[in-house]
Amino acid sequence: MASITTDHSRAVADGAHSHAFGAGSVPQGSRAERLTSFDLADIPVPTGREEEWRFSPVARLQPLFDADLSGAGVTVTVIPAPEVKVETVARDDARLGTAGKPGDRTAVSAWNAFEQATVVTIPVEAVATDVTSVRIDGVSSEATAAHVLVRAERHSQAVVVLDHAGVATVSETVEIVVEDGAHLTVVTVQDWSEGAVHAASHRARIGRDAKLKHVVVTFGGDVVRITPDAEFTAEGGEVEMVGLYFADAHQHQEHRLFVDHAVPSCRSRVTYKGALQGQGAHTVWVGDVLIRANAEGTDTYELNRNLVLSDGARADSVPNLEIQTGEIEGAGHASATGRFDDEQLFYLQSRGIAETEARRLVVRGFFAELIHEIGVASVEERLLASIEAELEKSMGVITGAPALGTVA
Amino acid sequence: MSTLEIRDLHVSVETKEGAKPILRGVDLTINSGETHAIMGPNGSGKSTLASALAGHPKYKVTSGTVTLDGEDVLAMTVDERARAGLFLAMQYPVEVPGVSVANFLRTAKTAITGQAPALRTWGKEVKGAMENLRIDAAFAERSVNEGFSGGEKKRHEILQLELFKPHFAILDETDSGLDVDALRVVSEGVNRAKENTDVGVLLITHYTRILRYIKPDFVHVFVDGKIAEEGGPELAERLENEGYDRYVGTGATMA
Ligand SMILES: Nc1ncnc2c1ncn2[C@@H]1O[C@H](COP(=O)(O)OP(=O)(O)OP(=O)(O)O)[C@@H](O)[C@H]1O
Ligand SMILES: [Mg+2]
Repeated sequence: MASITTDHSRAVADGAHSHAFGAGSVPQGSRAERLTSFDLADIPVPTGREEEWRFSPVARLQPLFDADLSGAGVTVTVIPAPEVKVETVARDDARLGTAGKPGDRTAVSAWNAFEQATVVTIPVEAVATDVTSVRIDGVSSEATAAHVLVRAERHSQAVVVLDHAGVATVSETVEIVVEDGAHLTVVTVQDWSEGAVHAASHRARIGRDAKLKHVVVTFGGDVVRITPDAEFTAEGGEVEMVGLYFADAHQHQEHRLFVDHAVPSCRSRVTYKGALQGQGAHTVWVGDVLIRANAEGTDTYELNRNLVLSDGARADSVPNLEIQTGEIEGAGHASATGRFDDEQLFYLQSRGIAETEARRLVVRGFFAELIHEIGVASVEERLLASIEAELEKSMGVITGAPALGTVA
Repeated sequence: MSTLEIRDLHVSVETKEGAKPILRGVDLTINSGETHAIMGPNGSGKSTLASALAGHPKYKVTSGTVTLDGEDVLAMTVDERARAGLFLAMQYPVEVPGVSVANFLRTAKTAITGQAPALRTWGKEVKGAMENLRIDAAFAERSVNEGFSGGEKKRHEILQLELFKPHFAILDETDSGLDVDALRVVSEGVNRAKENTDVGVLLITHYTRILRYIKPDFVHVFVDGKIAEEGGPELAERLENEGYDRYVGTGATMA
């Protein structure tokens, strides 16, 4: 049975909400027609007016548009689970470039510039008994390319956590290959220090009856722009994409997702939530889901919610669902951006809870459900601590702001 | 023994068109252990009185005073009022997603008494109070008011009344939307609180049926932003039979 649901809640944050929506037709700029290429010459340096760059601070990203990303600005350290294999390979390794082609300038620059790649392999039928940790530490601000490939071979199971910290100017490619029947969780945490500029292209291929849980957590860095692409290559695949971000003053955090239902009977769930506080805090969420003509039996739902905690912050949210077949299980999206809800605060305060504590409860509550969805205890704990720290450093910002409006 | 004193209270609500006066001089004194029923037609300002007492930011006191044992309530923040012993059971309790009932109750109790309740006794107390109000134990892990039915929300309000032990409780139409069984359960909760803590109660209602379970000492008829008449329980009987016609002219009758 086909059902299409949409739930367009109006944004109230500075009129900043924007919304592109296409269903049953191929709108201009359809993801099916978006150019992808390994060739630098095919994808020019953007001006900032292009659809995929119109929300981005292109001036600040300029160093990553260059062909020359030869810096050694990051170090990569892997602590694998005992069952997991780690290699450092040259760029001509045949396994690289199998998870799809670059789709924008930073991605194609990164592809053409990296010299070595880190390959993490979960062997056939192996079940990793521990988390595999990949640390990407920023050590200098020279423009740098980095490349990581995570391969979950057939019927394997593992959790891989990519951790970004320090200061860097880095364009990163993360290729994710989930072979038939494998269950892979990839978590990427952007906990950069001030001054970091980070572009990342995540390209995932999901095989028959395979499952990918992809988790993005963005807290730190001046500019973070992540474009996770997921493509199903055989029936029965499932992807769950979860994201959580918290932008402070002058931070730009952008997450652009693309789920390509290229084959029948696959399932995708996208849930991203963000909080913003402080002057010039800017978040962008774009969720493109394409259900191609032959992708019958598709089941998809995507959701983005933003909580604006203070004046001067801006959240853009653009869900975009393209449906080229009527024979689907279900397809829906929802997007809502709201201010702190006065009535919630009043209710909590009327029970004796002081305002700062009440705000803390509401923000924790906003993220709570999503955090539990991650399913990796160590990551969940760190996340709660990070949210706590964000709230701590910013209570002044929050309480200084007039609380207006209601959550949409 | 405590006293809540409301003197010549004028309140406006902030609307897009500017401040709109709602309360036009309310006088009311409530002592510990007393139960005052406020009855009046829709839109007469009953919820406005409740919200203004609790300190809702939308309602501005333009003149008059409210004191609790001589302390200026109007100078207190919303949470200070609660800690001073005021409790408002809301007509429309608010959903707080992601905050569990258990966490909420413990956080609020801690805030009100100034110290965390002893773990073991608190757990038992909550469990017992929930049982008394026929609230399923599973509610402890649910988000505050989220997806609760109207009746469940009201029972959750009375649960708080019993656990927080305020000096004065304002119950804003706690009876509306309850079936007969739920009404009895909720009323028993209020009566337990009265017995156990000598709480002073301001009971806002449209209907006399709750007054069969919770006996008022005084009945106030609220019309057009102020008290139009006061009396004992017999006044409620009369309102039941005659409606509000004599106060508001034509049109308004009791449902
Ligand atoms: N936020 C608001 N904005 C505009 N008008 C308001 C607002 N709050 C209350 N009012 C108006 O104030 C008047 C009194 O409302 P209030 O809710 O206090 O009445 P009530 O006696 O509780 O009614 P009911 O019996 O229906 O609950 C009404 O005319 C109402 O429309
Ligand atoms: Mg009312």
